[in-house]
Amino acid sequence: MGTTTYREAVRTALTEALVKDPRVFLMGEDVGKYGGSYAVSKGLLAEFGPERIRDTPLSESTFVGAGIGAALGGMRPIVEVMTVNFSLLALDQIVNNAATIRHMSGGQFSIPLVIRMATGAGRQLAAQHAHSLEGWYAHIPGIRIVAPATLEDARGMLWTALEDPDPVLIFEHQTLYNMEGPLADEAGAVDIDHAAIRRPGKDLSLITYGGTLGKTLQAAETLASEGIDAEVIDLRTLRPLDMATILDSVKKTHRAVIVDEGWKSGSLSAEIVARLVEHAFYELDAPLARVCSAEVPIPYPKHLEDAALPQPPAIVAAAREVVGRRG
Amino acid sequence: MTEAAANVQPIASTETAVPKPDTPGRLEISREHGLRLLHEMLRIRRFEEKCAELYSAGKIRGFLHLYIGEEAVAVGAMQALGREDAVVATYREHGHALARGVAVDRLMAEMYGKHQGCSRGRGGSMHVFDAQARFYGGNAIVGGGLPIAVGLALADKMQQRPRVTACFFGDGAVAEGEFHESLNLASLWKLPVLFLCENNLYAMGTRLERAQSQTDLAAKARSYLMPAEPVDGMDVLAVEAATKRAADAVRRGEGPAFLEFRTYRFRAHSMFDAELYRDKSEVEIWKQRDPITTFTSQLKERGMATDGILYALNMSVADEIDVAVQFAEAGTWEPVDDLLKDVYTPAEGRPSGSYGAA
Ligand SMILES: Cc1ncc(C[n+]2csc(CCOP(=O)(O)OP(=O)(O)O)c2C)c(N)n1
Ligand SMILES: [Mg+2]
Repeated sequence: MGTTTYREAVRTALTEALVKDPRVFLMGEDVGKYGGSYAVSKGLLAEFGPERIRDTPLSESTFVGAGIGAALGGMRPIVEVMTVNFSLLALDQIVNNAATIRHMSGGQFSIPLVIRMATGAGRQLAAQHAHSLEGWYAHIPGIRIVAPATLEDARGMLWTALEDPDPVLIFEHQTLYNMEGPLADEAGAVDIDHAAIRRPGKDLSLITYGGTLGKTLQAAETLASEGIDAEVIDLRTLRPLDMATILDSVKKTHRAVIVDEGWKSGSLSAEIVARLVEHAFYELDAPLARVCSAEVPIPYPKHLEDAALPQPPAIVAAAREVVGRRG
Repeated sequence: MTEAAANVQPIASTETAVPKPDTPGRLEISREHGLRLLHEMLRIRRFEEKCAELYSAGKIRGFLHLYIGEEAVAVGAMQALGREDAVVATYREHGHALARGVAVDRLMAEMYGKHQGCSRGRGGSMHVFDAQARFYGGNAIVGGGLPIAVGLALADKMQQRPRVTACFFGDGAVAEGEFHESLNLASLWKLPVLFLCENNLYAMGTRLERAQSQTDLAAKARSYLMPAEPVDGMDVLAVEAATKRAADAVRRGEGPAFLEFRTYRFRAHSMFDAELYRDKSEVEIWKQRDPITTFTSQLKERGMATDGILYALNMSVADEIDVAVQFAEAGTWEPVDDLLKDVYTPAEGRPSGSYGAA
């Protein structure tokens, strides 16, 4: 077992896909000569050539749409959009085409397309480079949304996504790229159907994904030192939600806090709360709680960005409150 | 190799890179004006050098894009604008802000994220705004500023104000749909927009030839039936002359105009860029056309500057930047309690009664 970074794990996954399947190609802004805006695809141009590692002009709507067309035409495109913020220029192609063509055509055409993009805040990039909009995409039927939070998932989700006959969006939190740790040499494809219990516990369920998994695990350690045994669920797939895993956990703990870097209003965290109310209302011993980003565009200065984002102390405080309010 | 593969091959040659100074009509300038242009360019250069230093020191964070090498464009172009005109720029906008008259101390405080910054610290390097200077950002979405400029110009036209909106953007933005949509609409409605393209040959690591089927950017603008010309962006006088001509026509109500300034960034795209995509030698070739050194020699040749004057100029710029850094250092952090401020306009800022019950 060697150590690797999240960035290298994604690169290994890309390399594997390019080697294994001649239909696979990578396209996006600066994925080739520049080496990728987050250096994920560094070296791939030299290895696979410009036919399969395609630098595109700045034209998000068109190269994402071209990915849809190429998928329709029998290729297996991996489209990289630099960040979720720029994917808004391609929203039309993703929502009006990728997500609908299978349905509108009465099942005649599937779109086996993978779109990768960075998401999230934490690097003082201000309000046009720091939002977490994956929850928005999770609103859309017809696409699958995944968020690798571990090295195993960074390494393994891509291949499974490529095998999916429908569009899959992969959200890589930009603070994770430098995350380093051990990864089994034989690590490979992983399922993208199930949430994972990253820390078992019995007193409450902390439900999170992506960039806030680390902060939530950290909070769980603090809680453990106070005698509160938290279970941490990593959603992994934001659409479709693995409600079975969430419900099993909450039926055991009877309490839950949802941690999400998206805003609260009209959000993924709101959806999970609603489903828990619908399906586990009588299991709950305390009101559900959420720790999310403050309802403000992400500000530039560090102290304000930190204050705007979910942080371990806020997670700990929310958990204490939920546990303290025993029915 | 297939034809498609040939198209995405890197262009290694640097011979085509250096633009010919092809702009006619050199300005006859006064000594005072010449020294002022030089002074403005020096202020930007020293400001940017200081920013690079402060970034290494951790005082400035996030993304930082320097304008070093491109100073003649902002300084030359601003000469054509009056106080009532508007400016829209990109994330590489410190130079435009300075040349436009945004206070250097408040600009530096914004780099730090201090409350005294021109965007109250909320925006940082990429999001400079200043209502007094009619400086509408600081837009970090490539191409995002062009439609806003079209709208500002629309408002002027609808209110019969003889103003111009100057919109700066890079060669990379020319590939975005918003570029084409904006030029089309501005031309169709004869709106007073000056589209000012800073062609520094690269969009991050993607060289113009690898992003554009038609690399003559003025030709694209002409297809929307507006006057368009390439300009030597390393020559501040050429930039000034061309922008004045274009701005005069726009101000007369003839509709939008487009200028392509051929320039070059001497530094990396941002502080995270390893510059794998270009040769150091190419950068060196362009540095020989450094807009500050070439203009300095021109002023000397014309007898408008002496070593003594230049020394004094440099000293005063250095002092000004030092004072700005002191101002930023002495600035304060906005209280965390105000985190949710300025998401919506507060009640006292809203018009009362005009939209029915409050
Ligand atoms: C819509 C969008 N896509 C991608 C990016 C990432 N990005 C930031 S700057 C840049 C290059 C833009 O190049 P150009 O327009 O030539 O301006 P320059 O940086 O050369 O001044 C890219 C790709 C972005 N900010 N916005
Ligand atoms: Mg450029």
